[in-house]
Order: sequence, then structure tokens, then C-alpha cells
Amino acid sequence: MNKAMERLSNGIIKENPTFVMMLGMCPTLAVTTSATNGLGMGLTTTVVLAMSNLLISLLRNIIPDRVRIPAFIVVIATFVTILELLLEGYLPSLYTSLGIYIPLIVVNCIILGRAEAYASKHAMLPSLFDGIGMGLGFTIGLTSIGIFREILGAGQIFGYQLIPLADAAKKIPGYTPASIFILAPGAFFVLAGLTAMQNQAKMNAAKKEKKTNAMSNAEADCQGGCGSCGGCGTTFVESDPEVKE
Amino acid sequence: MKELLIIAVGSALVNNVVLSQFLGLCPFLGVSKKMNTAAGMGTAVIFVMTLASAVTGAIYQYLLKPFDVTYLQTIVFILIIAALVQFVEMILKKYLPPLYKSLGVYLPLITTNCAVLGVALNNVKKSYDMGTGVVNGFATALGFTIAIVIIAGLRERMEYNDVPKPFQGTPIVLVTAGLMAIAFFGFSGLL
Repeated sequence: MNKAMERLSNGIIKENPTFVMMLGMCPTLAVTTSATNGLGMGLTTTVVLAMSNLLISLLRNIIPDRVRIPAFIVVIATFVTILELLLEGYLPSLYTSLGIYIPLIVVNCIILGRAEAYASKHAMLPSLFDGIGMGLGFTIGLTSIGIFREILGAGQIFGYQLIPLADAAKKIPGYTPASIFILAPGAFFVLAGLTAMQNQAKMNAAKKEKKTNAMSNAEADCQGGCGSCGGCGTTFVESDPEVKE
Repeated sequence: MKELLIIAVGSALVNNVVLSQFLGLCPFLGVSKKMNTAAGMGTAVIFVMTLASAVTGAIYQYLLKPFDVTYLQTIVFILIIAALVQFVEMILKKYLPPLYKSLGVYLPLITTNCAVLGVALNNVKKSYDMGTGVVNGFATALGFTIAIVIIAGLRERMEYNDVPKPFQGTPIVLVTAGLMAIAFFGFSGLL
């Protein structure tokens, strides 16, 4: 049980996929127009991640090493299809607002990354909790970006009017929403701001430790963020040629 | 013809894949440091995406639909795209070595480019026929190339600028992408 808790906290805090690893950027930017969408996307991904980790861990001794990546993708795509059908049936409003980004969970780096890095090497229970932890970390990241954008862009939180809106016609004073934050450019600005804040925090921490190479640290971390996507790509490079054989 | 043109302009400029649909962000951030590599990546994406639209369109129309298994589209499409990229790589290596030399490095990376799967799914969702789907795929890829080449040019210039320390690296690229997204809003008047 101790191990399970350790996996959970690892996914949520230490290796948080959104803020630390910077994986799965496409859904992070695309669906966080509101906190509800962010939460929905996060939880959907969590379920896929937990189920695929569980199944891949169960099959880890059966799947031949040479075809593991295509096998993982089929497992993941199966769960995504199941969830897509379930969402369409039971939560049609979420299904329409997430739209094409639900099937695109298949190509989310986090899921394939966890399957390859953890589930294919560890036992079932830790893998399940690793999936849940990573998924919750992703959910927290998406929801907090969603909350941020929703408050700035509409003065709302989870659809509830947090700040009363100004009405120029009736001369009611209040908040004029900066709707750019709900539109596409706002996503880039919010993520840029968050990453910069994170870099600043890292620099402060490094300064406290009186390390002179504070900046190079922060820079190396940024590069790691972009590089990690390429990392997913390299797994394909290595393994896909083998499929053909 | 007019319809196709509208679809093409819409996919390439108005609803740009990267800047308004956020698909293909990884290569957009990762391979946009130099103009040459960005242009190479763009060309490879145009090539694969056009081909992928044609193949997935055909499979959907003539295989999934007649057998009434359209719910399998996600699984089938991702496998087709992964196989297609491998296949293209092999053919280019054998028959067109010069082209392989310039595109080869980028081809494997494209499998994980969610824009390719995104276009295939979008074609089905908007129930485009095969021809329209190919035009849409080509235009979307063109939009991606435009965006990645522009940002590569900007990043080359940015090397010489004094960027605040916390913003160095990814954040300043994201800010630039945001400003580009605002600029691309200007195209919405085109349609």
C-alpha cells in the first residue's frame, strides 16, 4: 500500500505531467477554455491511463518486445474508443465540448510514455496507481489552467459567476471579461506565464542553494520539456522498423 | 471548385491547425529553432498528411462504412498512419534517396504528430468525400508549414534579443505563438 501512495504522489507532485514534464501539450491548451472542460478531459485521460497501465502491466510478459509499441497503441486506442462511446451516451454535453480531442487522447504522449516507462516493467497494482497518479496530476494541471482562463476570460468558475460582470448600458460597475483568455491566443499566454513562473521559482530555489549555475538549470529544464515529446518520437523510431520485419 | 477553395483557405489560414486548433504543438515548439529544419519538417508533414488523408478516407469509405464498424475509426486510423509513415520512409529510401535525405529525419517524428490523426478524424467528422478530404489534408498541412516557418524565422531573430530570464526558452516561444494566433484572427474576415 505504501508503494501505491508513493506512485500517487509521484504522479501528482514530483513528476506532474503538465507542470514538470510538460507532456500532452495539445489537450492542455485546446480544452482548457473552462474549468469544467479541463476537469472532464483530465478525468477521461485518467481513466484511459489507469486502464491501459493495468492491462499493459498484465500483458507485459505476453507482448513480444519487438511489437510492443503497436500493441500498446492498440490497447490505448481500444480504451479511448470505449470511453468515447460511453461519453457520447451518458455525458453528451461534455462529448460535444471536447469533440475531436477525445479520440486524440490516443496520441497523448503521457499515456504511451507511462506504458513504456512504467507499466511494461512493473506489477499490476503499482502500475494501476501510477496511472491514477499521473492522470490526477494531469487533471489538476488542466483544471487549474482552466480555472485561471475561465476567471480571467469570463469571470466565472465551473460556470458559476464569481465576479459580477459590468454592464455598460445599465451602468452597473463590475468586471469586464478579457475574452482573449478564452480564445486561442490566451492559451499560449497563460501557459507561457505559468512556465515562466516555474522557471523563476526554480531560479529562486537555485539561488537559495547558492548555486552559480542557476540559469543553466532553468534553461536545461525548458529544453527537457520540448525534448520529451521528441522522446516519444524516438520510441517509435526505434521500435517501428521492427514491426515490419 | 469554389467549395474546395473555401475549405482549403479555411483549413490553411482561418482555422490554422497549430494556432487555433493546437494540434501538432510538439514539433511546432521542438523543431522550430532553425528555418531549414522547420521547412524540412513542414514539407514532410505536407507529404504525409496529404497521403494519410487519402488512405484513411479510402479505408473509411470502402471498408469501415460497408461493414458498419465506423466506431473502430480511431484504432484503425492510428495504425494506418503509423504503418504509412514507415512505408513512405522505406519507399523514399529505395527510390528517391535525395528526397529521403532531406525528409528522412522528420518522418518518424510525424507518427506522434497529433495533427495527422486530427485531420483524418476531422475529415470523417465533417463527412468529406475522399477528394475533399485530400484537399483538406493538404491545406491543413500547408497551414502547419506556414506557422512553423514563420515562428522559426522569428526565433532566429529572437536569439539576439534580451529576453527576461524566466521567459527564456519555451515561454517566449509560447508568447510569440500567442501573438501569431492573434494575427491569424485577421484571416477570419476572408470567409
